[in-house]
Amino acid sequence: MGKWTRRAFVTTGILAGGVLAVGVAIRPGNRKLKVAGLVAGEDETLINLWLKLGPDNIVTAIVPHAEMGQGVHTTLAMMLADEMDADWSLVRVLEAPAHPEYANYALAKGYALGDQSFPSWLLPTVDGFFLQATKMMNLQITGGSTSTPTTGLHAMRVAGAAAKAVLLQAAATAWVVPLSELRAHNSVIHHDASNRSAPYAEFALGAAELDAPVLPRLKSTEEFGIMGTNVQKFDIPAKVDGSAQFGIDASLPGMKYATVMAAPVFGTQLETVDTAAIQDMPGVRRIVNLGDAVAVVADGYWQAKQALDRLPVQFTASDAGKREQSDIFQQFSADLDDAIAQGREETDLNKGDARAAIAKADRIVEAEYRVPYLAHAAMEPMNCTAWVHDGVCELWLGTQNPLGFAADVAKAIDFDQENVLVHNQYLGGGFGRRAFSDYAIQAARIAVDSPYPVKLIWSREEDMRHDHYRQASISRFKAALNDAGMPVAWENQFVNKHDPVEAPYIPYGIDNQFIHFAESKTHVPWGFWRSVDHSLHAFFTESFIDEVAVAAGKDPYRYRRDLLSGATRFRDVLDLAASKSEWDRKLAENWGRGIAIHKSFGTIVAQVAEVEVIDGKVRVQRVVCAVDAGFAIHPDGMKAQMESGIAYGLTAALYGDISIGRGAVVQSNFHDYEMLRMNEAPAIETYILNSGEAIGGAGEPGTPAIAPALANAIFDATGKRIRELPVKLHDLRVPGHSAKDVA
Amino acid sequence: MMKLKINGEPREFDVDPATPVLWVIREQAGLTGTKFGCGIAQCGACVVHLNGSPIRSCVTPVKAAEGQEITTIEGIGNANRGLHAVQQAWIAEQVPQCGYCQSGQIMSAIALLRRNASPTDAEIDTAMSGNICRCGTYPRIRQGIKAAARAIAATAEDSGNG
Ligand code: FES
Ligand code: FES
Repeated sequence: MGKWTRRAFVTTGILAGGVLAVGVAIRPGNRKLKVAGLVAGEDETLINLWLKLGPDNIVTAIVPHAEMGQGVHTTLAMMLADEMDADWSLVRVLEAPAHPEYANYALAKGYALGDQSFPSWLLPTVDGFFLQATKMMNLQITGGSTSTPTTGLHAMRVAGAAAKAVLLQAAATAWVVPLSELRAHNSVIHHDASNRSAPYAEFALGAAELDAPVLPRLKSTEEFGIMGTNVQKFDIPAKVDGSAQFGIDASLPGMKYATVMAAPVFGTQLETVDTAAIQDMPGVRRIVNLGDAVAVVADGYWQAKQALDRLPVQFTASDAGKREQSDIFQQFSADLDDAIAQGREETDLNKGDARAAIAKADRIVEAEYRVPYLAHAAMEPMNCTAWVHDGVCELWLGTQNPLGFAADVAKAIDFDQENVLVHNQYLGGGFGRRAFSDYAIQAARIAVDSPYPVKLIWSREEDMRHDHYRQASISRFKAALNDAGMPVAWENQFVNKHDPVEAPYIPYGIDNQFIHFAESKTHVPWGFWRSVDHSLHAFFTESFIDEVAVAAGKDPYRYRRDLLSGATRFRDVLDLAASKSEWDRKLAENWGRGIAIHKSFGTIVAQVAEVEVIDGKVRVQRVVCAVDAGFAIHPDGMKAQMESGIAYGLTAALYGDISIGRGAVVQSNFHDYEMLRMNEAPAIETYILNSGEAIGGAGEPGTPAIAPALANAIFDATGKRIRELPVKLHDLRVPGHSAKDVA
Repeated sequence: MMKLKINGEPREFDVDPATPVLWVIREQAGLTGTKFGCGIAQCGACVVHLNGSPIRSCVTPVKAAEGQEITTIEGIGNANRGLHAVQQAWIAEQVPQCGYCQSGQIMSAIALLRRNASPTDAEIDTAMSGNICRCGTYPRIRQGIKAAARAIAATAEDSGNG
């Protein structure tokens, strides 16, 4: 692998029309390339094309990631343009086509180099391709908040800097002047001594002849011109006039519409389908038995849905069909108990001797928390348009993993992967859901023997009941306190570990820690859900440290602060949130505030929530958010992602509850899986701290801390400790003491 | 035949009169700016104007709109024909994220500002809480509505003076 990495280099070339192209090639290679073989020399294989410079001096950044509202197209283009010293008004962006040649080079490189910023949740995916270096290119994933830290750094900035270097060199040759006398600014090269200047495009041909530097010098933060500014996002104009094309908007001649119902109990199958009952309904074309689901194809979605609702279907029985949510939590509890009783704990982190310290401690604090399953509920229900013709299967959809989808679909309909073409559209929300290819496979299977293109649209009910869910879980804690009330031991046991590995780890300086888990399988499909395991563990750990602080009779902010003396980056973010929220300001009657801090995807976020509780109903009035992502490339975009992550996390904390009844998901639509709405949305203030540490993600880190900040604030307001989410399960009109009495 | 006027244009559709307006707009008229989110009047992604008032097109049978004026996001404005003050404010405040809910948000916001030129926060809450945004753009929607209200007031003043 190391060999392969060293052979990869930046390459330049000329495309038709005198367009300078900059990409990454590997040597040697002898494959005939479909996308841009023109760039690579005979013994080179072009892996990625990152940048084009046209005769009109327009720079096009080609990004291998999907836009789902996180602003990734804009952020990555900024990184490239800044290193290139490009005129931002002449910069455009293009999403790379879903083609193996455009695979996610930077992600792979990050992995090959053992890059710390590489997200562990992707390891299984990467591992699958790791055996063969060439196959490793088969990645074009958007998720895990990886785009800016990996593609941005390893590809976009390098390409921009390399392009600038060869353009300058070409200018020096053309003008016969020393390279050192030239400067590049706003897509123009200047030779001040002779008062000459010319646009980049003039040197494109000359630049294409040159070897690009392997490791071009990248700018230091002080030299940034575009990075760190608030340029307008590329995708916004099309999203205010209805012209943005989402997957669901695909339109093909002769297209028919399908909708589907899968067996409600995961893992069961269709037993009988009485197609005769609906086949004469208006517009109905076909009824397709997919084994575990049935689809109706009709002239319109509504006709398909009307017919499907009337279709008599029976499903096979299974043991899972008897399961209730309470059974699942009972199983979790029993498996946790058994793991300890039988000494079968799976160790997650072990330092010092937590159990010994707890055994001899005078003061112990204990608590158990639980969280439910959660659905993604992206605003755009799952959908995919598939057209099988002339030996190819074309797909129009929104996906976070276009190449993975192509591979999965190819396998499902027995096609060669190169004959499955993915046309990725804007994603009406992803949040991890659109990394799973089930909807694309269904569409392809329906279309494979249809003479027309088929647009498959899931109803909201199907979307909610056949998601890949954020896991339900239970987490148990014990902390031992010394005479000063500080924790000397921390034991944490939880059920089911996924990714990222560090999600349950705490930043606090506690000498003895034992973190362990028990696996407890259920029939409910698991999926990446915005921030993945961080979404549960931040709630667990940051609620518990709050309980420990209260038990010690200490202020929750200052208690955390004392425990962060060895973690100054955390402490700075915590301090910023506390000071901006005016932590010590007296709050009105029925108000409370709570604080929480959590690091995920390389970014540290601290949040202070202020709530008002009236008649048992909580209203989140204000959230102060401090964030350190190393450096915010697009500060307003960073703020937007914090606002978004907070709303997403708050929705889950207040309302989110997917529960299992008779083996199936009980909830079905927004009336019983409620969303935060305008009248409940808090005022959010975000403060950015640029520590200069390695760049972290933005799309996910805003989510984890808000649930514990909220629960801690409710405790402050009411004295009621929320140990189970969502908050709506609790009656907050508890009689008796208030938090102030306890503390 | 169902007759409708969509964005000022008379159109005829050969559909079941019970078909929701949403699907007629999207599939028959080919105007895909209006979105499907829930199908049960919960999310507001499908909001269009019927004779100038906001309706949820996913639960409005085309029969109920027969012979009347429907306005979709495509009828509001675009970069070529000129943008509505709300659309301009949406760009200035950088409101959209994934963008899927935004046609509905904009249609609800325009209807609000037509009824109430300078809505209070509480009035914005009431008018907009039928529109879910899963990306949580609510703070920016609120700012966008206020900015648009100011812009509309300023234009009215200008033309009043001029
Ligand atoms: S689709 Fe009409 S309100 Fe949700
Ligand atoms: S912008 Fe994504 S749902 Fe509103």
